[in-house]
Amino acid sequence: MNAATLSILLLLSAGLFATGFFGLLARRAILFQLISLELMLAGPALGFIAGGAYHGGQTGQAMFVLILILAAAEVALGLALYLALRRVADVEDADTITRLRH
Amino acid sequence: MSGLLALWCAAVALACAVLAVTRPVIVHALIWLVAALLSLAACFFALGASFAGAVQVLIYAGAIVAVFVFVVMSVDTSAEARGRERERLATGWRRPAAAVILVAVPLVAGLGVGGPALVAPQGTAQGSLGALLFGPWALAIEVASGLLLAALMGARHLGRRGAGE
Repeated sequence: MNAATLSILLLLSAGLFATGFFGLLARRAILFQLISLELMLAGPALGFIAGGAYHGGQTGQAMFVLILILAAAEVALGLALYLALRRVADVEDADTITRLRH
Repeated sequence: MSGLLALWCAAVALACAVLAVTRPVIVHALIWLVAALLSLAACFFALGASFAGAVQVLIYAGAIVAVFVFVVMSVDTSAEARGRERERLATGWRRPAAAVILVAVPLVAGLGVGGPALVAPQGTAQGSLGALLFGPWALAIEVASGLLLAALMGARHLGRRGAGE
């Protein structure tokens, strides 16, 4: 793999992050925002793997494992929070919960 | 050759991601998310990171998406909900897109001009991933396992019915 390939891969990973960021801002439904968060985490993961493959060594994959653990924790908590909010207050969208107490 | 394959798979993943964040139906978005994650896994395999590719297929595209599917089963997917979502996305995409451009342009420009110069690869020193994770990085793994445990307990607590409502 040469430097040009690495540059384009890093651009693509930035694109993945930007796509997820756009989804997070543009969508109002909580489930879509969680999907966008997954994409935001997948972009840097691609960057780490590409960098690790370019430089040789295992640190890229090790960082990927940490990102994966973070994504799993985020999804578990996010979905549990979403289900709890829907059960308590019938919340579907992120902008209906602008106040935490009433 | 494998570099070209990795580029192709990453480009496919980006296209699938764009489709995933713009679908009005949650199930379609989820399927495009799976497509994006699987093409990322193919990209990891092409880059030689076979452990990351396998884990991406097993945990990301397998377990995490399965958890999503369980939640999506209880979501309103009627025609009017779909139309509302489509109309909301059609009216409200400009300002998020502007914000993304504001963030992404310095990122991309820094990669080309002012960023750290790409040094030549220093050989192919292939150490063992497990020896790295459980040797020098053992503290990070312990912190991550604590995070997972906390997330598990939090999800368990939030998912409990009855008490405190």
